[in-house]
Amino acid sequence: MVTASVPPFSPDEIAAEGLKPGEYEDIVQRLGRHPNRAELGMFGVMWSEHCCYKNSRSLLRQFPTEGPQILVGPGENAGVVDMGDGLRLAFKIESHNHPSAVEPFQGAATGVGGILRDIFTMGARPIAVLNSLRFGSLNNPRTRQIFTGVVSGIAHYGNCFGVPTVGGEVYFDPAYAGNPLVNAMALGLMETEDIVKSGASGVGNPVLYVGSTTGRDGMGGASFASAELTDESESKRPAVQVGDPFLEKSLVEACLEAFKTGAVVAAQDMGAAGITCSTAEMAAKGGVGIELDLDLIPVRESGMVPYEYLLSESQERMLFVAEAGREQELIEIFQRWGLQAVTAGSVIAEPTVRIYFQGAIAAEIPATALADNTPVYQRELLKTPPDYAQQAWQWQESALPVCTAGGIALEGQPQSWSEVTLRLLAAPTIASKQWIYRQYDHQVQNNTVLLPGGGDAAIVRLRPQLGGSAKIHKGVAATVDCNARYVYLDPYEGAKAAVAEAARNLSCVGAEPLAVTDNLNFGSPENPVGYWQLAEACRGLAEGCRAFATPVTGGNVSLYNETVDSQGQPQPIYPTPVVGMVGLVADLKRICGQGWQAAGDRIYLLGLSVEQPPAEQVTLGGSEYLATLHKTVAGRPPQVDTDLERQVQSACRQGIQQGWVRSAHDCAEGGLAIALAECCISAQLGAEIELPLAIDQRQTRWDRVLFGEGGARIVVSVAAEKTNIWQKFLQETRLTHWLPLGQVSSDQTLSVKTVEGVPLLSLNVEQISDRWAKAIERQISDQP
Amino acid sequence: MMKFGIIVFPGSNCDRDVAYVTRDLLGMPTRLVWHEESDLSDLDVVIVPGGFSYGDYLRCGAIAQFSAAMRATVAHAEQGKLVAGVCNGFQILTEVGLLPGALIRNRNLHFICDRVPLKVERTDLPWTQQYQTGEVITLPIAHGEGCYYADEATLKALEDNNQVLLRYCHSDGSVNESGNPNGSLHNIAGICNLTGNVLGIMPHPERAADPMLGSTDGIRLFKSVLNQAIAAA
Repeated sequence: MVTASVPPFSPDEIAAEGLKPGEYEDIVQRLGRHPNRAELGMFGVMWSEHCCYKNSRSLLRQFPTEGPQILVGPGENAGVVDMGDGLRLAFKIESHNHPSAVEPFQGAATGVGGILRDIFTMGARPIAVLNSLRFGSLNNPRTRQIFTGVVSGIAHYGNCFGVPTVGGEVYFDPAYAGNPLVNAMALGLMETEDIVKSGASGVGNPVLYVGSTTGRDGMGGASFASAELTDESESKRPAVQVGDPFLEKSLVEACLEAFKTGAVVAAQDMGAAGITCSTAEMAAKGGVGIELDLDLIPVRESGMVPYEYLLSESQERMLFVAEAGREQELIEIFQRWGLQAVTAGSVIAEPTVRIYFQGAIAAEIPATALADNTPVYQRELLKTPPDYAQQAWQWQESALPVCTAGGIALEGQPQSWSEVTLRLLAAPTIASKQWIYRQYDHQVQNNTVLLPGGGDAAIVRLRPQLGGSAKIHKGVAATVDCNARYVYLDPYEGAKAAVAEAARNLSCVGAEPLAVTDNLNFGSPENPVGYWQLAEACRGLAEGCRAFATPVTGGNVSLYNETVDSQGQPQPIYPTPVVGMVGLVADLKRICGQGWQAAGDRIYLLGLSVEQPPAEQVTLGGSEYLATLHKTVAGRPPQVDTDLERQVQSACRQGIQQGWVRSAHDCAEGGLAIALAECCISAQLGAEIELPLAIDQRQTRWDRVLFGEGGARIVVSVAAEKTNIWQKFLQETRLTHWLPLGQVSSDQTLSVKTVEGVPLLSLNVEQISDRWAKAIERQISDQP
Repeated sequence: MMKFGIIVFPGSNCDRDVAYVTRDLLGMPTRLVWHEESDLSDLDVVIVPGGFSYGDYLRCGAIAQFSAAMRATVAHAEQGKLVAGVCNGFQILTEVGLLPGALIRNRNLHFICDRVPLKVERTDLPWTQQYQTGEVITLPIAHGEGCYYADEATLKALEDNNQVLLRYCHSDGSVNESGNPNGSLHNIAGICNLTGNVLGIMPHPERAADPMLGSTDGIRLFKSVLNQAIAAA
């Protein structure tokens, strides 16, 4: 019977747990009574977007999730794909945005720690980490502090743990000034025979708590203002967890050793909502219940109450269900690694999470109410695109100053296209990320085949670490991609473009795209514009993933990424659906990087030509050029032609696999000119390019030719003696869009000319290298 | 045949990388030695690998020196047998007193992962026989505390006794401050003890050993050790 009595909590106390009044009523209905303090906290975290996807679940359903290569799809700690030859790859992406905004170093470090645990909970050894990062503008001192802190935090955790950080993407835009994005993706190679799942089973089986101790760290700061908490110093504790990578390194070894005994029935990492989340999810997934005695949990401080035990987010902890009678065997493994391991409860038939504390029941909740049968919100989608988008779409190229083959006037000053290119190369979003990845150990484990900056995606050899053979020739390529400016301007096209770019980047190193993990970073879904962005982006992602046959195996949803400005208005970030994609490299000898290989090699453009490509596919709308040089974020971003993308990517992959293509680099931010410059920088060789465009052609927008984005474009180079067979191959494929551009030169000049030989660009490779390589370092050190 | 032992602390993370080279690439018997073990009598070469031994929150290698395996390693070295410390292993060998000096935080205060040119100063030792004197090789580095430091007298003794095996340099072999990634005194990247049987280097030769990963300058260090065994047999 549901009592209509007065709730024992004030509306503020309920709101402090992140629960809405309607949700509180729902809780009372389900329990048949009012919850106690601990239970209220458990519902608060488990019904958060982070844990239950209440705003996004209906949208996520449209993602393709199945394919012959998929061994584990969404719902477990990580997805798993089949790489052939018995090699199985676990991978997943996760965000740590808000902690990183508050405490950049520990926020980012524990973000890495969390995603690594997701991987090894499955029985996989982490083999690589990538990051997708977004910061405000580097001329803001607070941004510099966040940026350097995040990079140090990632380096600290990954380097000490011993996993190579092999790739990623970093963008700088004022849209992220108050709310940086820190998304970490990890890859792991399965080391156990069976993939370890999280569903509890076997009534009477013991529940083991392993890893680190539990303390009050990492609890939501807002939740501390409560009657039950008496120690006043509590309120000063940071809500950000503190990570210990050394402990996690011991934990991975102990866990993998434990799994190999066959005595572990199920495992779940304690991430968000710690003990609450792990018990509820393991019970709900297994269709059973779990009893847990808090008095048995190893603690790092005394006097904790159930609410604190249950909501603690102390790091480096896991929950196991073990085979009855074999718990001691497991406990000894953990003790040898200097870790905690205790039997703290057991599996029960009744599907309830029951928590004991000091001999009494402290919380008792149906498991599914916390983990499975949670609220879902269907929100109304705007009937027409919001005003900001419609206004942005009004922008036309004609709004730009007139230009000639010689250049363009910017703020009244004439600028050559070479000068414009130099300015773009120094834009932090385009510039080399060397200052960042030099701080990450990217070679530990001895499997990094393509180093950061070497190609469009990272490549890591798939070599079992224990008793490994030197004969493994397979690898995995991985990338994280999202041009959030595109998504802001057109969420559907922008999200689709993120999938296309990820697949293109994998293709540029010679890998076959296999599967996706996505990280949806958005503003508030309660705002109609925010929900429109989320819904449209999900539609684009779903369509993109179907088009490239790369099912989604899981990921993370991070909403409410906004800051309140001085007028009290929420300022959301750009909607940023980061696509993490993995691909198979069948033969590590058949790969390529982005730099030219030798003078005399012929250069080709795959994808839409420079001769009057469709304006909606190659455009300055949403481009880096428009944003950096003209301080304008407007227009429609390039539309993706998925058929053309597939053809271009397939041709590129085949060219690499046949050994014809010796370098490949896609045209992304900054368009063709920046892609060519980067190929030159990487190789320290010049290039002579002749575009099939005449100077007298009617009012050519030379900036669109050089810096326009889109068009499914890849710049490749081919040895001169292979050009016949390569061109024959291109003619025989269905690919109709390709163009010889010129050749790699031995001198140190990137030269781009019209058919008449009129120079558009003439750049010294050493000069552009310096500008590009040191831009970020200069921006950090030049400022006080 | 030479038997390699690789010390494994809970926070070691290059132990398997070294084992991959000695066991899988070179086919040598290789044993991973848990830090609590104290019997190393079956081993010819002991390698203290890179990583973070016990977390290294206090000072790199400061706790590792007290482990049973390190005490046994000191005894192994005192018998004139071969001991090499790579990266964190070098830090530990200085802490345990097998090598002089110390490794302190990099000059720029950041962790540095890169491939750097190094000048081979001496090739008459078991570690470097496969290199040419004065040869410039390229090896990966990955450390936050790799700046070699020692007092003037120690540095002088190191130089006078030719104990510096590797120095950071430019690709043309010139040794100066601009070719010094971490601020090491005298550009020191690797040293040996007086008798030459104990080696400490910050760069990672095991990461430059597999042709599939592009660079093989490091494998010659391991091959030098094997040649030494053949010569001695």
